[in-house]
Amino acid sequence: MSAVLPAAEPVPQTPFRRFLEEFFESKLATLGFVMLAGIVLLALLAPLLAPQNPYDLAKLELLDARLEPGARSVAGITYLLGTDGQGRDMLSAILYGLRVSLYVGVVSGIIALTLGALTGVLAAYAGGRIEQFVMRVVDIQLGFPAILVALILLAVLGKGVDKIIIALVCVQWAYYARTARSAALVERGKEYMEAARGLGLSGTRIVLRHLLPNALPPLIVVATVQVAHAIALEATLSFLGLGLPTTEPSLGLLIANGYEYLMSGKYWISFTPGVALLATILAINLVGDQLRDVLNPRLAK
Amino acid sequence: MTVYVLRRLAQTLLVLLLTSGLVFGGLYLVGDPVEILVNPQADQEERARSAAALGLDRPALEQYWIFLKGAFSGDLGKSFVFGRSALEVIIERMPATLELALLAMVMSVGLGIPLGLYAGLRPHGLAARAIMAGSILGFSLPTFWVGLLLIMVFAVQLGWLPSTGRGPTTEFLGVQVSILTWEGLRYALLPALNLALFKLSLIVRLTRAQVREQSLLDYIRFARAKGLKRARVIGVHLLKNILIPLITVIGLELGSVIAFAVVTETIFAWPGMGKLVIDSIFQLDRPVVVAYLLVTVFMFIMINLVVDLLYSALDPRVRIAEVKS
Amino acid sequence: MRRPVSASCALLQVRDLVTEFAGREGRLRAVDRVSFSLERGEILGLVGESGSGKSVTGFSIMGLVDAPGRIAGGSVKFDGVELVGMADGELRRLRGKRIAMIFQDPMMTLNPVLSIETQMLETVLAHDAVPRQEARRRAIEALGLVGIASPAERLAQYPHQFSGGMRQRVAIAIALLHRPDLIIADEPTTALDVTVQGQILYEMQRLVRESGAALVWITHDLAVVAGLADRVAVMYAGRIVEQGSTAEVLDAALHPYARGLLDSVPAANAAGGRLRQIPGMTPSLAHLPAGCAFRDRCAYADDACAAVPGITLRGSRQVRCHHPLFEAVS
Repeated sequence: MSAVLPAAEPVPQTPFRRFLEEFFESKLATLGFVMLAGIVLLALLAPLLAPQNPYDLAKLELLDARLEPGARSVAGITYLLGTDGQGRDMLSAILYGLRVSLYVGVVSGIIALTLGALTGVLAAYAGGRIEQFVMRVVDIQLGFPAILVALILLAVLGKGVDKIIIALVCVQWAYYARTARSAALVERGKEYMEAARGLGLSGTRIVLRHLLPNALPPLIVVATVQVAHAIALEATLSFLGLGLPTTEPSLGLLIANGYEYLMSGKYWISFTPGVALLATILAINLVGDQLRDVLNPRLAK
Repeated sequence: MTVYVLRRLAQTLLVLLLTSGLVFGGLYLVGDPVEILVNPQADQEERARSAAALGLDRPALEQYWIFLKGAFSGDLGKSFVFGRSALEVIIERMPATLELALLAMVMSVGLGIPLGLYAGLRPHGLAARAIMAGSILGFSLPTFWVGLLLIMVFAVQLGWLPSTGRGPTTEFLGVQVSILTWEGLRYALLPALNLALFKLSLIVRLTRAQVREQSLLDYIRFARAKGLKRARVIGVHLLKNILIPLITVIGLELGSVIAFAVVTETIFAWPGMGKLVIDSIFQLDRPVVVAYLLVTVFMFIMINLVVDLLYSALDPRVRIAEVKS
Repeated sequence: MRRPVSASCALLQVRDLVTEFAGREGRLRAVDRVSFSLERGEILGLVGESGSGKSVTGFSIMGLVDAPGRIAGGSVKFDGVELVGMADGELRRLRGKRIAMIFQDPMMTLNPVLSIETQMLETVLAHDAVPRQEARRRAIEALGLVGIASPAERLAQYPHQFSGGMRQRVAIAIALLHRPDLIIADEPTTALDVTVQGQILYEMQRLVRESGAALVWITHDLAVVAGLADRVAVMYAGRIVEQGSTAEVLDAALHPYARGLLDSVPAANAAGGRLRQIPGMTPSLAHLPAGCAFRDRCAYADDACAAVPGITLRGSRQVRCHHPLFEAVS
């Protein structure tokens, strides 16, 4: 065979630009990204956009309860999405509900990512017994369905935003730990790690500067899936009455509140918050799906 | 092989012990069941009496010890609410949950594998794209909300299927089963569909990914080069290779479906273990909650074990590795 | 099946075969106007670097080119019958029956989860309606033929219980089950240990001679071809650049690329001397120079090479070059 020299092809773009280009190649992913950006914006600006503060019980007018979408209140305000059983404006409730859902999903995701990734990378770096033990725990935990683990924890912990975040972190950390460990194991075998050790770099420095950044792409992919799961799980638990307190309704609770009116044809109380929830999860999943394709080196040709 | 199974069973015992300790300890910290169980007008003496009757007056560790002693003889305590053995109450509800879970799994596997196979074999076709888009949607739909929609559309608007409860049961192998008669099946269809939807999407995606990966491998091309019919190349060569990893997933998902039945049973008022445990959590019926968790954890571990054994039975490569080790 | 009387025409006649792959960078021609023919019992060595289109040529003959690839033109006549555009059912009846194929990596060609028995018997039964007992007998016979000891017991085993060389023997046994007229062997020894390579090569040669099958041996290894093939075709970037009898081509290649390939074989060089290498690297199909695909790396290239060279005939030899090395001494 002829001598094979590495081709010195010119690199026309930065990796990040190429990443963006590949990401937005898919129409569905672009749609997902736009949807997600819109939803996040709506949630952030909820206090400015919402016609009513849904948490302010004094503002609620029982006479306005269960109004249809587009109906006018006694005070002459139009309720675009109708009202719920307590006369709460559904549009406002949904905007604030989005805030709660996203907050719970993202905060639990960040904490779980941090804890899980550190555990996984440290386990891979430590090796031996410690690694075996940590991965055993991870395996056992992942053997149980998330809903069951969350159910046990909330039965024990009780209601509250902090409680549900703790439960969601406990459910999710193991996924991050497993991903981080396997990514770190691959990196551990590579030559530059030997070189880093040879240079006398300290353990923490190797972990923080070398292992973690390389473990990041797969972690980001897992994170999108997990945040979507966390939001869905929180909504489910709140629907069951185990998640958030009724004073700060998340989307799950709004749906639960509408449940009793469903049979009498007042569908919107459950339906519209559900659409908002679905749109949020769908947008995250669409983005996550494309991220996996773009960031996965095995599929890249 | 036997050693392997025995080791796994020993592990099971350890996990059960751990779970029971955690749950028991945790639940002990939450609320006082007497508050809920006893008439609010009851005086101090009456409360003390009922607490003593339930064994709640003793220290936590002693309560746990009594529980453990009982557990080893198959007694997981008495339900505060039903006044009967908690295990009995759960086992009574178990067939309802299991038939729902099985029906849901049959639906998702029966639909998911063919759809995933199709989408994997013709990845660029319109139908395949539709299937994949549908699976992302199915993946994103909150199960409980879909349950509400199903009730609204099929029960309230169209009136085709009953919305809540379990249909009439018939006895089958000593178990009360409802899905063997058409009338009973009608009640089970909506909840099972609700439970199946998420898993269906999962199985479609997994099957498709497997098909895409495997159909690029040389053994498929070699099978075609031998002059085999397409049906045999796909139905035997490809399918057997994708089924082996799928069996593991399907087994584990069965466990997850049983757990997720908690949600579906609550929405459709399906009288299974899931609805029971939710009710018990609210009524602080500790023995039932603990017993439910132990029973489900035990079931999961058994399912995992069966899946592992099945895997080694199906994959010739694993069988040999077992013998050697 | 009735075989047409065709003593006069070649067993396999490939004419201007074009196979294209649709990709991000447009359609790529993996096989570009390839023509060759093969008599009964003849052995052709199809030589080229990886990516030269030699394997795709093999798959095109078998009708095993999958989307995004497709046969875009030309003709493949097997025993007088046109294979390009043939209905899939008819093609299937030929595959494994009259045309068999052996693949490169024996670790990957046998299905890991089916027993050898299943994989052999299904091949017999796909073409002949015989009782299972008879199919089994044939399978055992074929395994014995390729030198597998105690074939009856081995039949019940799974691929992972065989070594690489043994697996390739099984694959060869499967290919021989129906005593095909043509065998296409896609680098069947490349993935094996050197010692095993020699054995398999020897066995193949013996079996092909005994059965009278014609053989297309696809390889990147000229040394293998030297001892095996009657004729050699050298491929570069999808085109056959030179073909002729093995002795003639190996003795004095006419195409600069073929000459370069020969010079880079260690055996062709004096011991201790430096290996000569073709400058540059195999271009990817997406970035081929217009005209002669080899011109960027060719010492003889000039302006004429900007046009695609036609085929020059010299006796039974064909060369696709503007400056064939008729007199040049290397």
